[in-house]
Amino acid sequence: MPLLDVDHLTIEIPTEAGLLHAVNGVSFTLERGETLAIVGESGSGKSLTSLALMDLLPSRAVRKARSMRFDGIDLMAAGRREMEDLRGDRMAMIFQEPMTSLNPAYTVGDQLTEALRRHRPVSRAEARDRAVHLLERVGITAAASRLGQYPHQLSGGLRQRVMIAMGLMCEPDLIIADEPTTALDVTIQAQILMLLRDIQREFGMGLILVTHDLGVVARVATKVAVMYAGRLIETGPVEAVFGAPSHPYTQGLLRAIPVPGRTRPGEPLGTIPGQVPNLIGPLAGCAFRNRCDRATEACAAAIPERDLGPGHRMACVLDPVAVPA
Amino acid sequence: MLAFLLRRLAVALSVVLTVSVIAFLLLHLSGDLATDLAGPEASPEQVARVRVEYGLDQPLMVQYGQWLAGAARFDFGRSFYFRESVASLLGDRIPITLKLGAIALGLALAVAIPLGALAAVKRGSWFDRAALAFCALGQAVPTFWLGLTLIIIFAVNLRWLPVSGNATWSHYVLPSVALGWYAIPAVMRLTRNGMLDVMASDYIRTARAKGLRPHTVIFKHALRNAVVPVVALAAVQFGFMLGGSIVVEAVFSLQGLGQLAWEAIARKDFPVVQAIVMLLATIYILLTFLADLLNAWLDPRIRVA
Amino acid sequence: MSTTSASASAPAAGFDPVPVRRSPLARFTKRATRHPGFMAGAVLLAVILVLSIGAPLFTAHDPYAQDISRRLIPPVWHDKGSWEHWLGTDKLGRDYFARLLYGGRISLMIGAATVLLSGIIGTALGVAAGFFGGRVDMVIGYIINVRLALPVVLVALAVAALVGTSLNTVIVVLGLLLWDRFAVVARSTTQQIAHADFVGAARAIGCSTRLIVFSEVLPNILNPLIVVATLEMAHAILLEAALSFLGLGVQPPLPSWGLMISEGKQYMFFSPWVITIPGVALVALVLGINLLGDGLRDVTAPDNRS
Repeated sequence: MPLLDVDHLTIEIPTEAGLLHAVNGVSFTLERGETLAIVGESGSGKSLTSLALMDLLPSRAVRKARSMRFDGIDLMAAGRREMEDLRGDRMAMIFQEPMTSLNPAYTVGDQLTEALRRHRPVSRAEARDRAVHLLERVGITAAASRLGQYPHQLSGGLRQRVMIAMGLMCEPDLIIADEPTTALDVTIQAQILMLLRDIQREFGMGLILVTHDLGVVARVATKVAVMYAGRLIETGPVEAVFGAPSHPYTQGLLRAIPVPGRTRPGEPLGTIPGQVPNLIGPLAGCAFRNRCDRATEACAAAIPERDLGPGHRMACVLDPVAVPA
Repeated sequence: MLAFLLRRLAVALSVVLTVSVIAFLLLHLSGDLATDLAGPEASPEQVARVRVEYGLDQPLMVQYGQWLAGAARFDFGRSFYFRESVASLLGDRIPITLKLGAIALGLALAVAIPLGALAAVKRGSWFDRAALAFCALGQAVPTFWLGLTLIIIFAVNLRWLPVSGNATWSHYVLPSVALGWYAIPAVMRLTRNGMLDVMASDYIRTARAKGLRPHTVIFKHALRNAVVPVVALAAVQFGFMLGGSIVVEAVFSLQGLGQLAWEAIARKDFPVVQAIVMLLATIYILLTFLADLLNAWLDPRIRVA
Repeated sequence: MSTTSASASAPAAGFDPVPVRRSPLARFTKRATRHPGFMAGAVLLAVILVLSIGAPLFTAHDPYAQDISRRLIPPVWHDKGSWEHWLGTDKLGRDYFARLLYGGRISLMIGAATVLLSGIIGTALGVAAGFFGGRVDMVIGYIINVRLALPVVLVALAVAALVGTSLNTVIVVLGLLLWDRFAVVARSTTQQIAHADFVGAARAIGCSTRLIVFSEVLPNILNPLIVVATLEMAHAILLEAALSFLGLGVQPPLPSWGLMISEGKQYMFFSPWVITIPGVALVALVLGINLLGDGLRDVTAPDNRS
């Protein structure tokens, strides 16, 4: 039984202009010990997908799915209290903005221990010990003295480490990290990523990493899911997707980003011309066809998913061609 | 922090001084006080005697200097009408007005903060709409008319509470409601807006991601932050209430500062009027100063800056 | 998510950009008519405006004509009421409905005149503070602090007592006291505008300060100032009523609503309607203006946050 099994997740948001199809029939699975990277540009629905797993979507967003199971638990059928019991205990989340994701009015220690004491019958002192232990584990020096500090007294990198420690308090089975390094300095980004990878291996958790940075994916993930305009257009093991990108969008993405060992020095990077379609109202056929240089009339019809190899799927009617150069 | 404190204190002091100049000039530039004081039938000699007696023959600057020097020691001179020291008059009346203001503020906060928070949490519901409608209606009701209407309903028709006076605590109920009423919409809206902002913030999402129960999220994580600006508003409102108590005290015949001010104005008893303007302004400035300190204590980010 | 905030200029659906553009007036009308508070306030205010300005059309009675034989006649819904004086008469036998209508004129006039005066003072101070910043800002901020420290009712009463009570005194005193919110709002909005690119551009091409203030700054801060004006108008009307109630505002025999309540106070135990009727009128007027102002704020907000 996979740790997480998402089948046909759909998120719709009613707006003044009409129904926004933010996420459209996304399916994937995740095993313990695996790291799935969900990649896509902003607005592709990758963050909403991760929030939907935790049932943390904005209240007006409507979540639908054929099925969505976490360790056998039907998340679609779970009630509010059941979800609250899961959140922070068996599934934890790390957000993009460490600067604003901690409550300015409470100390780091209070916010850390609160996560444990909510789910476990432990004493204040026990919770404190675990907090110190985890702060040390995520690489914070003088951990005990940090407990009395307020978030504004810490740098962005430290706050994100605190957020990671907070996610680990109950030793969850699944950690979802939504662009955990975007708001940080480049030098800190690598440290936080390696920390996440090491912790994921050490604790044997499932890790979902939401990112728009393909360099991150290559270094950390075992599986990758590429999203475009609310759809999952290509998914598979990292080696398969990066080694033989098949969807024209994935190919375009990889051309646009320098990947160590693939991009030759001095070679111009590719671009994808055109704009992401507006997702308000119905949108038939392939969402990428207005930007795809290989688009044909067949692209306007419904797009079936095709198997390309073990676990490697894509949503495109065209036969994959090898990436030029 | 200390530099911030000292700067705030310096500004507060200079505002007090400016107000004292205004209060002084306001009443001394408006005609010949001695003629007013001596009465319409007084002979020129009597007027001249009154002028010397009250020091009104001195240059304006000297008079101001003497008055300010006295005011600093809470000596505001003698009342023209009561022939006793203004300070002792004030001393008798201040407790009544402070009591009225404190009860009114407590009442307003006790009603407005929970209602505002609940309206934000249940945004768009019938409760939220009703709360907003109540705000709009509440702000439209004149204080003195509300006071009279409360008297008609609760004192005359239902006979639950006394009509006027300040003998017992029950005498303060209706005046406090009338005085506190006007502050409710402002506090409620600020709480509601603050809660809406805070509930949409990233750290509330973090709190929910930890699996905290809704009441922990709302009361521990949201309300604490949403209520910070309310503190400053409450201080300002308390200042307004002391100033506005003049109307309420007139309606309920409460012998407080406001009633004294009203009588003093009607009798052209300038030392008393001046003293009350000064006192209310100083209290207001002190309150906003304290509110800043309290804010700094509530919000750790300001505390360090 | 950037896609959730799809604006009117973005493509409507799918791939084809279909820009939807409406004129500002049409957009205002559409939003306004959908805002129940705004509409309620507008209707309420319109009714009061028509009734007060067209007072002679709605009543044949003279609001000043006394008739001692017809004192304190109750309104028509009481047993002793009659349609002759359908809202009754006051202690001097004057028709209450006529006094109510003519009293509305006084409230509206005081509200409008006060706001005009305080609006000019506050806007001038606020724009100067926001535009020039630095020392000018400090001095004006200080003036605002001093003004806020002065107890409004007390100072207004004292001044009225000193210079003599009259309609004009009330207007001038309130106008000189109620400018603070204009100044605060004008200051903060001007600060935003003063740093905007188009003001920098205007400076770069050598426009004079006066031209920039009048052609770039004022038009852009007008909406929030109009909202303040409505709320301050309500404030001024309430204060006038309070001053008149305390006997230091509008003087008899003028039919101010606050004065009507004051004059009726001694009869309220046996004839409560003498204070209920003008009180309800005050509430209706102030409520109408406040609803309109709040609605205006929502309707003219740059973007509807849903």
